[in-house]
This record gives sequence, structure tokens and C-alpha cells, in this order.
Amino acid sequence: MADSAAAPQAAPHAGGAEVTKRDFLKLVTAAGAAVGVGAIVWPLVDSMNPSADVLALSSTTVDLAPVTAGQAITVMWRGKPVFVRHRTPEEIAKAKADDKGRLPDPALDAARVKPGKEQWLIVVGICTHLGCVPLGNRSTEVRGEYGGWFCPCHGSHYDTSGRIRQGPAPANLAVPPYAFEGDTKIKIG
Amino acid sequence: MAGLHKSEFENPVIRWVDSRLPIFTMLQKEYGVFPTPRNFNYFWNFGALAMINLVIMIATGIFLAMNYTAHKDMAFDSVERIMRDVNWGWLLRYVHANGASMFFIVVYIHMFRGLYYGSYKTPRELLWILGVIIMLLMMATAFMGYVLPWGQMSYWGATVITNLFSAFPLVGEHIVTWLWGGFSVDNPTLNRFFSLHFLLPFVLVGVVFLHIAALHITGSNNPLGIDVKGPQDTLPFHPYYTIKDSVGICVYFIVFALFVFFAPNYLGHADNYIPANPLVTPAHIVPEWYFLPFYAILRSVPDKLGGVLLMFASIGVLAVLPWLDTSPVRSARFRPVYRILIWVLVLCCVVLGVCGGKPAEGIWVVLSRIATAYYFLHFLVILPVLGKFERTLPLPESISRAVLPTGGGPLPGGAAAKPMEKA
Repeated sequence: MADSAAAPQAAPHAGGAEVTKRDFLKLVTAAGAAVGVGAIVWPLVDSMNPSADVLALSSTTVDLAPVTAGQAITVMWRGKPVFVRHRTPEEIAKAKADDKGRLPDPALDAARVKPGKEQWLIVVGICTHLGCVPLGNRSTEVRGEYGGWFCPCHGSHYDTSGRIRQGPAPANLAVPPYAFEGDTKIKIG
Repeated sequence: MAGLHKSEFENPVIRWVDSRLPIFTMLQKEYGVFPTPRNFNYFWNFGALAMINLVIMIATGIFLAMNYTAHKDMAFDSVERIMRDVNWGWLLRYVHANGASMFFIVVYIHMFRGLYYGSYKTPRELLWILGVIIMLLMMATAFMGYVLPWGQMSYWGATVITNLFSAFPLVGEHIVTWLWGGFSVDNPTLNRFFSLHFLLPFVLVGVVFLHIAALHITGSNNPLGIDVKGPQDTLPFHPYYTIKDSVGICVYFIVFALFVFFAPNYLGHADNYIPANPLVTPAHIVPEWYFLPFYAILRSVPDKLGGVLLMFASIGVLAVLPWLDTSPVRSARFRPVYRILIWVLVLCCVVLGVCGGKPAEGIWVVLSRIATAYYFLHFLVILPVLGKFERTLPLPESISRAVLPTGGGPLPGGAAAKPMEKA
């Protein structure tokens, strides 16, 4: 019915590619349906993102007092291991000297620690390649050729600043957001 | 009685149902009298075997799910409880775990059949692509299933594989967080993997249905790779191929039983009997054997994103294979060069599989790079070029002329088949 009513109106115009009211209605309907489907799908998709209780666990407080120079501890933050390493003066010196070395992911050692707290290196203990936990947090473990950490999965070597030096990993060990809450206490997250 | 289907069944009950919902007519048409090339060899068993394997996986999986707990603190113990306390739990789990390996053995041979006899060529391109989709779904299902026992290999396999997506620029990290439902593989990840591991097999059933529906439009390919020209070239599916498939099914069950009862952990990893520990990575992470060739391709590239893309591309080339192979001749029997190269490709995949299981260092890296290069060379260069230069052997006139001792004759189908039907 609508078609036959529209036809005489469309006739004066040339060709069949005329834009009619019907085309407009089809577009509006399709667009409305697309928005509707999107509005229904988004809650489903977003429900798979981290939930409120997971996000609520996103900070951890660590007491640094028991960690002596040369030692390192592993703490859990957001379900991931975080390496807290009390670096010796030699390790700090080595890291600073390597600032000018060959770095696949260039970063200054000073930018990876807090000013005045250079002995504390805090990095996420997850290899940036495919997510394994590198070895080297215990002094008895293999620390790789640069004295930091070594990932046994695919052979990435990290230095005493947690920077990638050799192997397939594309980036340095991540430095998590943290702040000192006193001389020997940090809050990660 | 307008609108009722005219059923040819005698039994009044069957007739009553069939005239309202002609499923019996359909079964008779598609699996009873369905005209099937008369020259199948045993390679044509593997589609039916895959179907049976899928049914076994769904059946055992449903009963395992009745005793499994998808929680990171309880999953490992619930699997141990299935093994020790649940009646026949050990059997259900070993059938399910080894069934996954059997499924890949069967499907890989099924795919080899398709490659060797050119089953992917026109008019069966869509049938082949549906098969590639089935393989992708199988891989996703198998991967998520392997995570559920929440052992060390489960946990770290999940970590490594989900981290593959972090290789994509900009959105990579967000995708990984979304997949995990957190900031590492954790309880939300386990829960969603269980949900999807339960769902995907039923999606598989749907795609398998389409795969078979498409097959029944084009009809099966055959070892000669030539088209069926008339009834003298075919046999009814039942009883000829129901029986031939049954023989294969017996052999399949013998192999299956050897694994389940005599070497149930042969294809698994001892590390997966250690509960998952997010703080300790096993020294040597390897996926299950059926993923090793893909894992080798992933590791052969020194660049993270490059490795991930190449791994996905190795399956992508299969999807476009019908357009890469330019030869009009289907069966390798009549392609003297392709007939050799297909075995080189098989060797290449075996080498990749071995490399994938070894540490990524020294000779294994070199070997996996050579094999990866050859794999893509085969599909992207050799197949398009070979079709233009290869001198193929003359094709037989028809299936019946080639395979019947009488050489076919004008109407051998009726004459030759009848005595067999009576016997």
C-alpha cells in the first residue's frame, strides 16, 4: 500500500535511486536496532572486566624493615607477584653505568626508583614476554647475565634495574604505582 | 489432510510421526539410500570417527561437570576427588582427557585426507572452511578444558596463551585484562573458562551440522577425486558405509582403550599434578602435543607480535587454501609432484611439532624457523605455482570404470551391486 502510494510521488524524479521516506524509516529502524543490540550486549561484555571486589583489592602495604641489603621479597598485588629488592651499592652502580648500555627498552635507572630511595627497586615480577615469573628473587636462583632476573620460559635476561637486556621480551619489568608511607613502608597500588 | 508429508513408512507409529515431522524420511534419504562414491578407502572413516569422538567428549564432560568445582581453591581437589572417590570417576576423566588427544589425532588425519585428495576444491570450498572453523573451535575448547584441573601446566598455559593477545598494540593489555576478569589468571578466569568450555562443544555440534549439511549438497569427494557421473559410481550409504565405518570404529576404540587403560598419562605432563602456584613458573612450559606445531611457529619469530600473527596466519592460510591451490585436479594420485610435496608438508609439521616440545634454543630455533618458512612456502608459493606447471596424469573416465573389475560397462551398478546386497 505504502509502496503504491509512494510510487506516483517518486515518478517525477529521475531514476530508481531516489531517496524515499521508506528508506529513511528503514535506516532509522536499523540504527535504532543497532543501538538496542549494543545496549544489550555491552553489559554482557563488560561483566567480564574486573569486578568491583577485584578492583578493591588493588592496593597492598609492604613493610620493608626486615629486608636487608642484597635481599629481595615477593609480595602479591592484584594477584601478581611484585618483586621488592633491596639493592646493594654495587648493583645500583651497575644499573646506573648501564644507563648508557644497549637497552631494547631505554629507561634511566633513576626513573625506575624513587629519588633518595635508590636502594629499593620495586617491579612487577611478570616477564613482559608471555607472563612467566622470572627467576632471581632468591640469591640462590639464576639471575641471568646481567645480575637481575632471568625468565626460564623463553630466556629473557633482566638487569639490576629490571630492564630487559636480552631475549624475546619486548619491555622492561613494569614499575607498579607505589608511594613511601614512611621510611620503611610502601603502599603499592 | 493438506500439509501432511506423504510418508512411505509402513509402521503406523513411524508413519504418524513421519507425516507430521519427516525426520525418518530425512534419515532414510541422508543416511540410508544416500548415494556415496563406491571407491572410498579407510581415510573416509575419519569424519564419522570425529563425530563419535565429539559425542563421547560431550557425554563424559557432562558427567565430569557434575563433580567438578570451578573455584581456584577447590578445582584441583575436586579433580582429585573425581579420580579417587567418585564411582568410575577415573574412567570418565581418563576417557575425557585422552578423548581430546584422540579427537585431534582423528581430525588431523581427516584434514590430511582432505589435503591429499583435494577435497577442499570447488565445489567443496565452504565445506572445507566450515572444517577450519570446527578446528578453531576445537582448539579453543581444548585449551580452556586443559585449564580446568588448575594444575601448574593449566595455570601457566593459560597465562602464556592469554598473554598472546597482549602483543597487539594499544588494545592488547585491555583485551588481556578483559579475558582474565582481573589482573592475572585467577578465579574469574577459571569460572569463565568453565562456562565457555561447557558452551563451545554445543556450538561445535551446530557447525558440524552445517559441515554435514554442506557435504550432503556437494556429495563426498573420493580417492580418485573425479565427480560422480551416475548411479553406477555410487553405493547406498547403508549398509555399505555404515559397515565400513564400523570397522574403523572398532580400530579407533582399540587405540583409544590402549591409551585410557594402559597409558592414561602418556600424553599429559606430570607438572599438571602440582596445584597451580601463581608465584612459581615451571621451568619448561609446553602445551599439549596437538598445539606443539603452532607453538613452534609462535616461538620461531623473535618478535612478539610477529610470532602471534604468524601463528594465527598458519590457520588462516588453510581457510583460503581452495583459492591458493590452482590445480584443477583434486586427487594427489594424478599429481606426481604434489604427491611428494604433501609428504614434505607432513614432515614439516612433524618437525614443527618436535621443535615445539623442545626448549627454544640452539638447533631447535633454526629447525623451527626452516620448517615455519617451508610451511608458508608450501601454501603461499608452491601450491599457486605448481598448479600451472605440473603435468598431471590422465584422469579415469569414471569411478566405476576405474574401480570395477568388469571395467564398468554401460550399467554395472545394478548388475554388480545386487549379488552383494543379497549376501
